Amino acid sequence: MNFTLKIWRQKNAVAKGEMVTYAVSEISPDSSFFEMLDALNQQLITSGGDPVAFDHDCREGICGTCSLYINGRPHGPLKGVTTCQLHMRSFKDGDTIHIEPWRAKAFPIIRDLIVDRSALDKIIQAGGYVSVHTGGVPDANTIPVPHEKAESAMDAAACIGCGACVAACSNAAAMLFVGAKVSHLALLPQGKVEAAKRVQKMVACMDELGFGNCSNTYACEAECPKGISVVNIARMNRQFLAANLLSEREKVVNISL
Amino acid sequence: MNLLLSSFSSLTNKVLMALAGLFLVTFLGVHLGINLLLLNNDGGRAFTAAASFMGTNSIIKVFEIVLFAGFLLHIILGMMVSGQNKAARPSTYVVSNHSATAPFSKYMFHTGIIVFLFLLLHFFDFYFIKIGLVAPPDGIASHDFYSRTLLLFSTPWYSLLYIVCFVALGIHLNHAIQSAFQTLGLNHSKYMDAVKVIGSVYSLLITVGFSIVPLFILFYRH
Amino acid sequence: MTRLNARIPEGSVANKWTNYKSACKLVNPNNKRKLDIIVVGTGLAGASAAASLGELGYKVKVFCYQDTPRRAHSIAAQGGINAAKNYPNDGDSVYRLFYDTIKGGDYRAREANVYRLAEVSNQIIDLCVAQGVPFAREYGGLLANRSFGGAQVSRTFYARGQTGQQLLLGAYSALSRQIALGNVTMFNRRDVLDTVLVDGKARGIITRNLVTGEIERHAAHAVVLASGGYGNVFFLSTNAMGSNVTPIWSAYKKGAMFANPSFTQIHPTCIPVHGDAQSKLTLMSESLRNDGRIWVPAKKSDVEKLRNQTIKPSDIPEADRDYYLERRYPAFGNLVPRDVASRAAKERCDAGFGVGRTGMAVFLDFADAIKRKGHDTIDKLYGNLFQMYEQIVADNPYETPMMIYPAVHYTMGGLWVDYDLMTTVPGLFALGECNFSDHGANRLGASALMQGLADGYFILPYTIGNYLAAEIHTPRFNPDATEFNFAAQAVTARLKQMKGSSGKESVDTFHRRLGKIMWEYCGMARNNDGLTNALSMIAELRHDYAKGVCIPGGLDEYNPELEKACRVADFIELGELMVRDAQQRKESCGGHFREEFQTNEGEALRNDDDFAFVAAWEYQGAETAAALYREALQFDEIKLSQRCYK
Repeated sequence: MNFTLKIWRQKNAVAKGEMVTYAVSEISPDSSFFEMLDALNQQLITSGGDPVAFDHDCREGICGTCSLYINGRPHGPLKGVTTCQLHMRSFKDGDTIHIEPWRAKAFPIIRDLIVDRSALDKIIQAGGYVSVHTGGVPDANTIPVPHEKAESAMDAAACIGCGACVAACSNAAAMLFVGAKVSHLALLPQGKVEAAKRVQKMVACMDELGFGNCSNTYACEAECPKGISVVNIARMNRQFLAANLLSEREKVVNISL
Repeated sequence: MNLLLSSFSSLTNKVLMALAGLFLVTFLGVHLGINLLLLNNDGGRAFTAAASFMGTNSIIKVFEIVLFAGFLLHIILGMMVSGQNKAARPSTYVVSNHSATAPFSKYMFHTGIIVFLFLLLHFFDFYFIKIGLVAPPDGIASHDFYSRTLLLFSTPWYSLLYIVCFVALGIHLNHAIQSAFQTLGLNHSKYMDAVKVIGSVYSLLITVGFSIVPLFILFYRH
Repeated sequence: MTRLNARIPEGSVANKWTNYKSACKLVNPNNKRKLDIIVVGTGLAGASAAASLGELGYKVKVFCYQDTPRRAHSIAAQGGINAAKNYPNDGDSVYRLFYDTIKGGDYRAREANVYRLAEVSNQIIDLCVAQGVPFAREYGGLLANRSFGGAQVSRTFYARGQTGQQLLLGAYSALSRQIALGNVTMFNRRDVLDTVLVDGKARGIITRNLVTGEIERHAAHAVVLASGGYGNVFFLSTNAMGSNVTPIWSAYKKGAMFANPSFTQIHPTCIPVHGDAQSKLTLMSESLRNDGRIWVPAKKSDVEKLRNQTIKPSDIPEADRDYYLERRYPAFGNLVPRDVASRAAKERCDAGFGVGRTGMAVFLDFADAIKRKGHDTIDKLYGNLFQMYEQIVADNPYETPMMIYPAVHYTMGGLWVDYDLMTTVPGLFALGECNFSDHGANRLGASALMQGLADGYFILPYTIGNYLAAEIHTPRFNPDATEFNFAAQAVTARLKQMKGSSGKESVDTFHRRLGKIMWEYCGMARNNDGLTNALSMIAELRHDYAKGVCIPGGLDEYNPELEKACRVADFIELGELMVRDAQQRKESCGGHFREEFQTNEGEALRNDDDFAFVAAWEYQGAETAAALYREALQFDEIKLSQRCYK
């Protein structure tokens, strides 16, 4: 198969970027999207050109590294797959394919198609955990979790942190990412203890990092490669409301030994 | 007020917008009820009675302030949040987004602007006349909403503009109602489908209901 | 021989760890604050170690090449994690898990380490549940278990087909908490290119900032390597594209011994190679073998017809199918261990019975299972795997049998470590897949996750204290010291030299060549002639690489080709060591199958008299062959026997 590629090239974070046109030929329909880009890079290297930089790692749809915005959609035309699981048979021979990086204020471009998504780490650092230490925890079976709750928590926990939700959102909002983590932990008894503080801290961090707000277009859900539902955003909203309305004024306790 | 609102969290802003929005949605229902009295073939008696009740009752007077506050809050927040959302993606995509979205949900700001402009027009046509800011047209008393309505709707372009605005409002509401439930965290697997259907039906009723009046006056009364 | 002291504590195997914990030296909290530790890698082992050390109060620096610690390749583990909880009441115990692991590893692992692994396995599950890992649950709300290859009990805990992901996210969240508290500093997008020794002790690392290209120095009182496996030496493997040997290879060159480098696990159920453009292989969960039947045509004429597409697989009558695993191993059938299943597939394909375009595939057929259990049940059990397969291959496994072929999956070899998980370089520790310690010559399913977390959460926090207790008077190191300057200059010089090559071919071209050599001669079956041949081919490749590689871009910018170039240079050197190790081990055991050493029926033939040892290699310089040291394996608890699955 032959393709015309229009790819965003940008030397570094401050340089001006532009779309550059390339042609690739004799691509097997069984090739993955990245194998097609490998072929392009191979071609560029041997002809003395500058290979295209893109993020990829596991190439089996679970690490969340890959992040291409293909023909106006994060991870390309198929539903429920990451870029690395997209195969060239999903395109027509002779197609022109536009490839861009994720675009958001919170995801500055590093080079070409690579963006810096450490903002998502910062949100997790703000509270996306249960504060337990290694050791000193009860036996696993002393905390029963209803089957359905465990399943819903797993649905939310399936997030791979790729940022497609942010890329798809017309407001570059991270609501689905944050909602998924808040939901995962709030649904489990282990996470309930800190649920109120967690949602407040994570939302505050998300706002600070410059993500947009939610206008409930649900593009995030449509593009999430793991099919995470916007029900999780509603749950986060609910948690947030309850946390703010029902929490008590914070007491300052001085502990002196 | 802007400073205060921008100090709120994104979610707080959204919740306030949703609550104000839902309040405005109920107000629209009441307004529609009164407007439909125009269809009554009684020379505007029922309509005028209702209008003067709304204009003089002291409880309603208090609610009027709440209503203005609701409008203001919803509009200011809408503008502010839209601004923030734009800022969240300073460099836009070369190929615009093709992701599947909830129907018309991407156009809330646009439809909102149309409704806002209509609201201004509406104020010039009625409210500002009533409170004496704008002089009424010749031969119509400042509190005579009935005659004023007949006069306006007898102009076809005005009726058309009016209907277009209500179509925009309907589109706005179709997404707004279920969106408000989602924002308030009331997305529940059992009830959300019903909320969506009821929301769509309600917004259709609002558009159709308000649009009947000018059509009725234009074709039937004239 | 004296160089290798495993420092195994006294006492019976069941008491060793308890004795150790009672006797090991501790570091006072005030002193912990003054001690720096570097952790390389953020997979299960690295992230759990960094989080636990941070909790203890040490000052920790963590490094990973990915853009965030959450992407380490532990995330791709599907099946589950073993623990000796015995929740199903089916007779499991710490001893039995220990026994199964030793036996599964074909008696080439150290008893004391494996017993400790089984012992702490239960604590891992407790901790992960407390962290909020959403393990599968029974309807009563308690934890569910499933069975896995190589065991007769159900001891595997799982979170759908994403157990590795969920465990890693648990460790990542604990790590994130420590980062927020300021105990751990995270350095992402960094390649670790060298280990720095000061007075014979590991005191730091040299890294390359992958975004800016800057060569950075980091100093600490101890260095912990948890950089994962080196399966990418085969080019095609189920590892992530970035998985590499470089951190442990640099440690090897600084004096840490490399143990059993040739022990590689080839996983039987992967999606076959589609063509030359292939960049990586995808694993299908081993659980598929619970219901699928593996076969190839019994007649060569049918193989031909399949390839010409004149018949479909379903057209071949039962009588003309060769269910070779059921035929050769009637007792275990399709559920024989990974190494056995992989070799059997290779045997059939080599004999010319392989299917698919390349002839390098066998059928995994669900037709019987669908008939027996119904479409819906099969869909519930394997629906997501079937979808994944269809996505990649564009074939519907409900209608036509899947095609599978073995692929490199895990490397049991790695840096040699003692009971403290310390390498032969004092202060340099190795955890998880990058050490050699627990899986012998073959790893059982669901044991890798267990080992990574055991090392990081429950073992290293004790053993590193034992080492650091003597370091409390050592002041913080200055990364501008001579040793660091020297190492940084060496790294820069190496990069410049590589970049200076005036070649024309891409790094990948050479990597593919290396992969073909390794797969052909040091893969599923090895023999002396082939290995000798491989040695000269690798030497030639090494020569060609130095001259012929083309690396575009600059040193001081984001340059993925340069990253790959460093990794592949190390893979080529490692390849040579693997071949030497395979050649030296004149027996067949686990994943290491020497064609000269097999039973009359073609099964692996161990030689316990001469080869019950760990082969630890010491670097002797670029032009000299590595020196071999042997750590004799003593089996006090378990009687050695021939593995039999017939």
